[in-house]
Amino acid sequence: MSTKAQKSSALDILKKILSNQIFIPISALLILTIVNLIVDPSFFEISLGYSSDGNPVLSGYLMTIIDYGSELAILAIGMTLVTAASGGQDISVGAAIAIAGSVILRVLCGTETSPETIQAPIIVAFLVSVLVAMAFGAFNGVLVAYFRIQPMVATLILFTAGRSIAAWINNNQLPIVNDETFTYFGGFIPGIPIPTPFFIAIACIIVTALVLKFTNLGLYVQSVGINEQSSRLNGLNPKFIKFITFVILGICVAVAGLIKVSRLSTINYSVIAKDIEMDAILAVALGGNVLSGGKFSITSSILGAYVIQFLTTTLYKFEVQSAALSAYKAIVVIILVVISAPVVREKASAIWKKLVNKKAAAKQAG
Amino acid sequence: MRENAVLEMRNICKSFPGVKALQNVDFTLCEGEVHALMGENGAGKSTLIKVLTGVYTKDSGQVYIKGSDKAVNIKSPQDAQKSGISTVYQEITLCPNLTVAENIYIGREKGMLLNWKKRNAEAEKVLSSLGINVKPTQQLASCSIAVQQMVAIARAVDMECKVLILDEPTSSLDESEVAKLFTLMRQLKARGVGIIFVTHFLDQVYEICDKITVLRDGTLVGEYEISELPRVQLVSKMLGKELDDMSDIKGDSTASIDMESAPVFEGEGLVSDQGIKPFDFHIRKGEVNGFTGLLGSGRSECVRTIFGADRILGGKVKMNGKSVKITKPIDAMKNGIAYLSEDRKRDGIVGDLSVRENIILALQVKKGFFKPFTKAQANKFAEEYIKLLDIKTASANTPIKSLSGGNQQKVLIARWLLTHPEYLILDEPTRGIDVGTKIDIQKLVLKLASEGMSVTFISSETDEMLRTCSRLVVMRDGKVVGELSGEDLTQNKIMSTIAGGEE
Repeated sequence: MSTKAQKSSALDILKKILSNQIFIPISALLILTIVNLIVDPSFFEISLGYSSDGNPVLSGYLMTIIDYGSELAILAIGMTLVTAASGGQDISVGAAIAIAGSVILRVLCGTETSPETIQAPIIVAFLVSVLVAMAFGAFNGVLVAYFRIQPMVATLILFTAGRSIAAWINNNQLPIVNDETFTYFGGFIPGIPIPTPFFIAIACIIVTALVLKFTNLGLYVQSVGINEQSSRLNGLNPKFIKFITFVILGICVAVAGLIKVSRLSTINYSVIAKDIEMDAILAVALGGNVLSGGKFSITSSILGAYVIQFLTTTLYKFEVQSAALSAYKAIVVIILVVISAPVVREKASAIWKKLVNKKAAAKQAG
Repeated sequence: MRENAVLEMRNICKSFPGVKALQNVDFTLCEGEVHALMGENGAGKSTLIKVLTGVYTKDSGQVYIKGSDKAVNIKSPQDAQKSGISTVYQEITLCPNLTVAENIYIGREKGMLLNWKKRNAEAEKVLSSLGINVKPTQQLASCSIAVQQMVAIARAVDMECKVLILDEPTSSLDESEVAKLFTLMRQLKARGVGIIFVTHFLDQVYEICDKITVLRDGTLVGEYEISELPRVQLVSKMLGKELDDMSDIKGDSTASIDMESAPVFEGEGLVSDQGIKPFDFHIRKGEVNGFTGLLGSGRSECVRTIFGADRILGGKVKMNGKSVKITKPIDAMKNGIAYLSEDRKRDGIVGDLSVRENIILALQVKKGFFKPFTKAQANKFAEEYIKLLDIKTASANTPIKSLSGGNQQKVLIARWLLTHPEYLILDEPTRGIDVGTKIDIQKLVLKLASEGMSVTFISSETDEMLRTCSRLVVMRDGKVVGELSGEDLTQNKIMSTIAGGEE
């Protein structure tokens, strides 16, 4: 009797794990890890080297993942909120990053293209870019929340115009920042061998966790995403809540923009953060969040972001041409998403149940 | 199979995680019979229907349909349709932006080419043979709900269904529309169609049905001829116990009214954008009042105006003698008003959220964005009210959408009671829920009033309002046409006031 009870409780726990949202990105992560272990364990090697100016630097594929996965993770935070509240996605984040990055360079360089010293403190440049990115987020938010335009359509405007606006901000010049400290944000802080974006991402995650803990943002966003009417009759202002998620995404965009321009110390308007919106949306989907809004898990999305970067890096390692990368990615993503689809999972658990029952029956017969 | 039976269900079992929804349920439907399926919420009516229509797959049991000797296996709604089982749900499941004829024939076209002229003519024939007065070319959305429902029935009839399931078809119809629906049902009966009728309205059961099958807690209580089962018996069978004497409920409900101090709520010339005429209204401490009138007379719109749920166009509001401004729900909540909305699914529950989150939602919003409850606090509130209102849920973590209708309603009542309102508005709190819960809610209303809360209680069942309210505001066509209290509170007086005209 007791063993039976134990068994059923073990099954329950298994079920709980399987039905938990975070199971999806974690299993994807496991699969990728195992594949890499089998094919070439050297994937996981990390080596300590020294950069050109003698600072210790860790390198290896894993470092690449936490480096580039971090900007995606930051975007995934905002994208998750937008998705949950509005039931749609913001496809303009790549273009908005170009704008935010351009603003940072404009403030740092002033009107010169390559000044000897920066014209304003980095923090000021960053804050200005946050304000600008929030304003563009607000623009999207107003279209979606108050004019009730489909989020994808509303953000298509900025998606189309964003990179031109970014170029216009600097008169189509490509300013170069000649300040050592500016490279820290997208690279390494002297003496610390782990890429800085990772710390920035952690800071963002902590801030998000605190906000979710000490405010009702999570409850409000989910309520509005699930049932706007009910939320309104419970005293919420659904329009404002949708609007604010776009503004929050704006902040995330500015942070990602800072990392992006810091990596190069300059900008390439047409290439910077290209297609990043798709990866950010994928991170949300891979995190098991419903793309039509409602309940969400930011933890899952963040994990999803790193999984996507893991996938990208793995493909690069297999020397997939960068032009062909998207196709490969698409295949893997299709598999992941199909496996994690509720329909498939239900079927799988039904088959599993049958198997268990058959075994039990066989045992009884024997 | 029983002679002249069109449908037999034997030993149907269905369980969901943690719940045995149906246990060895039998059900037999004969040709040309209207058969009521009765039971409280959670008794298994909907599950049985969903098994029959292929929405759920049964765990075990057999279904036989006239015309085939073997048990049929219904795995999807399409299978059910092919076997001659059609369903008309409470919510219309047709396409509102297509025409009536298109709705009748959609999904059943043979071949690629369509002759719409012919189709319209055929539709016309079907509709007129059933006495449904609507043009085939009319857009469905422009018809009344009743007509839409009848079109759904016409579609079913045209598919030559043998079994027609009507799942709560009357809950959004007014009396004359119900009468029309019943005429239609009698016609179908004469054609030999077996009709399964699910409803909460006892009057309607006794008016139209031939047999009653009662379910309770997922098991079969029995099948009865209508003439052999008086109402009291039916109710007690559904509840599984003798019914409390309903007349017990009404105490002297005027005793608790505080006539001394200023009214809790006093509105003057209130008007919203929903097409009601400006109205005055007040309610005193400890008073229970009601708005009554036919469906669409504006009773819900009135209370929605009080709560600020619609766009407010004008009016002055005083709470406890002090002027306040209420233009949106949060204003009303801050002033101690709570509003349980009429449409539970659309305006009430937040489906994917847990029972706990649904309970604390209103209080949480009232408390403010930067002051979330801790998990322990939220759990304490939830547990307290789950116990207080006897909400049947697996746990406070269960998503509210998986609860039965009556229990969802209790969760919503808990949500508003938790805000400790001075003035509680309940708009159709008892619609679509079982008799037991109905009585619980009525008792609760009177108890709250005796403790000093002011309550507005709206119900489409007049006897329910007569039992609870000490004053009734009567509405007609968006206008307040009378106020009844004391001696005037009788069924007849209400009817004549609603109808208008001099006595």
